[in-house]
Amino acid sequence: MAKKETVLVPMPSVNMIPERDSDKSPVLECINLGISFGGLKAVENFNIALGRTEISGLIGPNGAGKTSVFNLLTKVYEPTEGTILLEGKDTKSLSTAQVNQAGIARTFQNIRLFQNLSVEDNVKIAMNAQMKYSLLSSILRLPSYWKEERVAHERAMELLSIFNMQDLGDAKAGSLPYGAQRRLEIVRAMATNPSILLLDEPAAGMNPSETTELMENIQRIRDTFHIAILLIEHDMNLVMNICEGIAVMNFGRIIAKGTPSQIQANPVVIEAYLGKKKEAGA
Amino acid sequence: MKFLAYLVSGISLGSIYAIIALGYTMVYGIAKMMNFAHGDVIMVGGYISFIAANYWGLPTVVSIVIAMLVCTMLGIVIEGLAYRPLRSAPSLAVLITAIGVSYFLQNSALLIWGANPKAYTPVVSGTLRLFQGQLSISYVSMVTVAACIIIMIALTLFTSRTRMGKAMRACSEDKGAAQLMGINVNFTISLTFAIGSALAAVAGVLLCSFSPTLMPTTGSMPGIKAFTAAVFGGIGSIPGAFLGGILLGVIESLARGYISTQLSNSIVFAVLIIILLVRPAGLLGKNVQEKV
Amino acid sequence: MGPVNRKTLFKDSRSDLFTYLGVILAFIVITMLKNRGALNRSQSGLLVPICCYIVMAVSLNLTVGILGDLSLGHAGFMSVGAFTGIITSMSLIDIIPSAPIRLTIAIFVGAFFASIVGFLVGIPVLRLKGDYLAIVTLAFGEILKELITCLIVGFDSKGLHIIFNVSGSKTANDLNLLEGGRVIIKGAQGATGTKTIANFTAGFILVMITLVIVLNLIRSRHGRAIMAIRDNRIAAESVGIPLTKFKMIAFVTSTALAGAAGALFGLNYSNLAAAKFDFNTSILVLVFVVLGGLGNIWGSILATVVLYILPEALRGFASYRMLIYAIVLILVMLTTNNPVLKSLFSRWSFRGNKQESEGGSNG
Repeated sequence: MAKKETVLVPMPSVNMIPERDSDKSPVLECINLGISFGGLKAVENFNIALGRTEISGLIGPNGAGKTSVFNLLTKVYEPTEGTILLEGKDTKSLSTAQVNQAGIARTFQNIRLFQNLSVEDNVKIAMNAQMKYSLLSSILRLPSYWKEERVAHERAMELLSIFNMQDLGDAKAGSLPYGAQRRLEIVRAMATNPSILLLDEPAAGMNPSETTELMENIQRIRDTFHIAILLIEHDMNLVMNICEGIAVMNFGRIIAKGTPSQIQANPVVIEAYLGKKKEAGA
Repeated sequence: MKFLAYLVSGISLGSIYAIIALGYTMVYGIAKMMNFAHGDVIMVGGYISFIAANYWGLPTVVSIVIAMLVCTMLGIVIEGLAYRPLRSAPSLAVLITAIGVSYFLQNSALLIWGANPKAYTPVVSGTLRLFQGQLSISYVSMVTVAACIIIMIALTLFTSRTRMGKAMRACSEDKGAAQLMGINVNFTISLTFAIGSALAAVAGVLLCSFSPTLMPTTGSMPGIKAFTAAVFGGIGSIPGAFLGGILLGVIESLARGYISTQLSNSIVFAVLIIILLVRPAGLLGKNVQEKV
Repeated sequence: MGPVNRKTLFKDSRSDLFTYLGVILAFIVITMLKNRGALNRSQSGLLVPICCYIVMAVSLNLTVGILGDLSLGHAGFMSVGAFTGIITSMSLIDIIPSAPIRLTIAIFVGAFFASIVGFLVGIPVLRLKGDYLAIVTLAFGEILKELITCLIVGFDSKGLHIIFNVSGSKTANDLNLLEGGRVIIKGAQGATGTKTIANFTAGFILVMITLVIVLNLIRSRHGRAIMAIRDNRIAAESVGIPLTKFKMIAFVTSTALAGAAGALFGLNYSNLAAAKFDFNTSILVLVFVVLGGLGNIWGSILATVVLYILPEALRGFASYRMLIYAIVLILVMLTTNNPVLKSLFSRWSFRGNKQESEGGSNG
């Protein structure tokens, strides 16, 4: 399916990292990453390197394999080929939960909250790895239980206040309006102390003013926590405004990489989105 | 020769399990529920044919037909009254309702026919002796195996060739989409229960012919084992239920013969557990990966 | 620590407090009635089993309601607790004459062995999902029942004698007990001649301990992780919750409590066969849990008491009582779960855990 001749721009594997991060090693690197489902290659030859504090975007038509990349990075799918280096370390032997503890947090395209639990509990669950008290402390409510629960509560409130949600702590997650659920997913992901945050269509279903607010918040998260953010998004306004580097996917491959202005001018990208322009006389 | 005898009895017991499992698997495939009352429909089938043959003096074939008709009606009524109102309810609620229906049938039988076991007259008598009488195969066994194979083939043809059968498969895949395609989902589900219950009646007659004591609890254990067989073969799959049933019967019979009578059920269940660990969707089941 | 903090931590504890107070109050009232002779023999005979079944229901709720995995073999773990508890108590009868101490030890031993079996069963079971998991727990329940049916156990001055009666041909005589030894378990007949040392106070204490364990667990990081797995497995993993560990914590805790309940139950009857702990008992407890509301601990207690007493209260209807029980069961499920009827009875909310939301993947 993939057309080999579509590679028109050079694709060095480390071309997206902004200058301020260039003296540091990339936080995340994918080398020839790929997965096939029974012969069908959903992702292949996926090469990318992300800077420490970079906001980058992964765009492409529906079915291009963007979410599959997220699933590979978080080990929901086991890659059939290639390597993922997180902080320079191979994540080959890690499970989804371990990858998260190693520093990758994500949100989901179709929201996956813990619906029956409170907003605060949703955030606290994500702090589980940072809490150390034992099962015995849980059952007997030993001092370590009270101490860590107090800390967790304060931190949960602090994180919720990023999106001004600190008053919703007791609400049931499933009862929140759609936009708030999307924001809660981001807060929950941040509660795991990631070094890179993957956002799967964070602006889906939001109105323009909500999207503008979201853009500010994404940048604020990056500036406050000094983390890298990789996002999948169809809203080109958002992508072009906040992403420093963009990778375009089609048919499971990266067809172009570069800065927003480079991508906007790239004929291959335009073709992938709008279809091939009929040549004169053809 | 002993081995052959165990094998033969295993296959014929397995055929009964397979017939029950076919009903189970069809209902599961379409309604996505464990119909725990299925085993008790078997028992009702057994009683009805017993009464028709022994009290009313009707010919065997007629008594079987009556049992099938009664069970078909029973299946439709159970589905309509107890399961249909719960179609969108959590699966556990449906499960508990099915258990309630099971208790209801057992206790109704207890009230109507009493707790004393009835001595069932097998539908066919006599045995075929082979190898100078060293191996004897009862005619009941042969009828059972034949019935099982015929039913399996008929069901396979029905679901793959006929309009109704295709509607059934469509419903089991996606009820909403099936409805949009103009399929009457309620009717299709009723029909599935009707077929499953008619099969249960046949299974009841054969089961009671195989081990001729009839009690209100006669159906429970075979029901559970048949469900196990359906899971074993891959639930929702017709050839799977057939294969699972036969294998279960053979394993049970061999375990009883060579290892221990007391532990025969344990061995059957242990094999099931091992199979599910190796093939989590059963022998012939499809493994569906969850989308993220 | 801000004011919000105090409020939240207190609010959880307050609803728990009502549960504890309710149970304590019930205990006081029943004890007073008993002391005044207001309960007849058959009524007071129900007290210990009710306590055991409350523990069973609360512990099963941990697996089914909190973890979200349907178990159909909970009675199997109860039987492990019952028979190890009986063996312990009957073996220690000369060494520890004090019944309360012996009962305590027996309950601990029962819980310990049930949790070991729970762990071993959990390894394969917790890898499965949905109905497959359910059918395998059912299978394990039946296997445990049959294995115990094969046990012949006796005790004499040289210690425990255990025969595993696979062929079915052995009897208690094959134990070759010395003079003064006693047979504790006789295969299919089960435990016979057990000295009954269970009482209502012990049952009440066990219920309270169970409540403390389960309620505190739910409000801890462990409990939250377990509920996260129930609500959305993939999201739980994505925020760093290791599935196996927390599923195992829930399952083993649940089986240990079932074992404790079993030990108390076993020491309440002088004769007890393994067949008592069959599939139907597992289902009985599951019915308590589902009718009480998944994840609702107080509901489990209430449903157990009402449904355990119901057949007894219907004794006047003699043979119709189980039929009525079945009809009540079906009607309650219909009224609480049918959308139309449910809106009429909206107070009876059924707290079913949401199925994992399906949805297409994009790309």
